Amino acid sequence: MEPLKKSSEAEFELQNLIERMRKGDRRAVARLITKVENGGPEVSKKILKEIYPETGKSFIIGITGAPGSGKSTLTNQVASEYLKKGLKVGIIAVDPTSPFSGGALLGDRIRMKSNFTNKNLFIRSMANRGKLGGLAMATKEAIHILDAYGSDLIIVETVGVGQSEIDIFKSAHTTLVIMPPGMGDEIQAIKAGITEITDIFVVNKMDRDGADKRVNELETMLDIGENIVVDQINHNVRIVKSKKWRPPVIKTNALSGENVPELIKLIESHREFSKTSGLKKKRLAYRYKHYVVDIIKYFQNKDIEHLIFSNPKINDFVDQILSYKTGSDPYSISEIILELFSKRYFS
Amino acid sequence: MGKNIRCIVAKPGLDGHDRGAKVISRGLRDAGLEIIYTGLHQTPDDIVESVVQEDPDVLLLSILSGAHTVLFPEIMKKFKEEGIDDVLVLGGGIIPDEDIVKMKEVGISEIFGPGTKIQEIVDYIKGHLKR
Ligand SMILES: Nc1nc2c(ncn2[C@@H]2O[C@H](COP(=O)(O)OP(=O)(O)O)[C@@H](O)[C@H]2O)c(=O)[nH]1
Ligand SMILES: [Mg+2]
Repeated sequence: MEPLKKSSEAEFELQNLIERMRKGDRRAVARLITKVENGGPEVSKKILKEIYPETGKSFIIGITGAPGSGKSTLTNQVASEYLKKGLKVGIIAVDPTSPFSGGALLGDRIRMKSNFTNKNLFIRSMANRGKLGGLAMATKEAIHILDAYGSDLIIVETVGVGQSEIDIFKSAHTTLVIMPPGMGDEIQAIKAGITEITDIFVVNKMDRDGADKRVNELETMLDIGENIVVDQINHNVRIVKSKKWRPPVIKTNALSGENVPELIKLIESHREFSKTSGLKKKRLAYRYKHYVVDIIKYFQNKDIEHLIFSNPKINDFVDQILSYKTGSDPYSISEIILELFSKRYFS
Repeated sequence: MGKNIRCIVAKPGLDGHDRGAKVISRGLRDAGLEIIYTGLHQTPDDIVESVVQEDPDVLLLSILSGAHTVLFPEIMKKFKEEGIDDVLVLGGGIIPDEDIVKMKEVGISEIFGPGTKIQEIVDYIKGHLKR
């Protein structure tokens, strides 16, 4: 948490940073991101209340894939194409925190050197700080900040393991999944729900052996997938996905830039499709629904002990538990308390 | 949640390898810091721009080529222009004693020579953060 600054002082500081951000001050943007990273939802709350009406304008691209698949190199290429058009681009590169030390080695900038001094580009490296899902809550706020700052495009790069793919899908308008040739049998990973989050498959490292084979594998998988109804009961994924869009598969060489303009065309056509088909709106609804749940979970967890212990009714409930009767077990009593909560807050 | 120390490790100058910088980066990572590694051949402008965007607590400049007498002061001058005054700046590498004084005068807080223990650097950082 932030050190104990007087709250009015802290608020004044945030206000000041937001004003500076509005004037285009890049250091203020960076400091605001630091604030949400270190301060958590208490600080995000104050910032979001202020800047929210200025957000919702950026086009957000998610890029995910295994470590070493070329995400950062490709991110840089995609960014370059949009920078050439004179657009303002933000990049958020998320790397995992080491579970052993709590430290992290964030090396994504190395691949983005060619654009370092372009004032239309803002790159921020973030460690996920061990939170479930590669995209920490702070990352979502960083997206909001870069959005309010006026980025036309925001690219979020995150390593592709499990939950983080789902997270990226929640935050992005268009998600690219990178599947280079010859990296083990990671079609395994595809089975674990990747098809559902992918808008475009990128077979990067097309200069390597096996690229065409990889393309064929993906196309075959998509052929089969077309006949499978993706039902909504799958709790982990619960995908909002339009069957009218079959994810295209494209080969790229992120080092030479080969096929990058074609990839941009695909991105743009997905962007158009998602606007006209209503997919974009559906996804946004999905995203903010989950966002609200996350926020509530956070604040509820924080308050729940206090709420329960400070209410004398808890003693009656404990007495009931101690009676060892049917229906007075701790689970049943917790259900009763939960119901009281939900009645009070959401009806 | 909570504060983690963020540190940029940058390698200004033209010399061709970054083994030392990588070793330090891993060491500091294992000590619990978040290291933003920016790679070889960084110009002062690259470095200052990275500092602006990443908002680190610490900037560690690693150097071998002897160009520090020009590059370090240039970086510090750009810091002043940008109004960056709360980043702890450290140097690492082979830097002659007589230069160390000069480097400190322009605002490099400490210089760590080859063979410095990681723990020594970590302790120094923790004791000298500027915010
Ligand atoms: N041969 C080849 N190498 C690539 C390509 N794209 C990236 N690389 C290399 O793959 C390595 C990992 O790239 P990086 O972008 O850091 O991957 P990330 O971990 O997914 O972000 C680097 O050495 C890149 O130079 C490509 O299209 N072809
Ligand atoms: Mg990367």
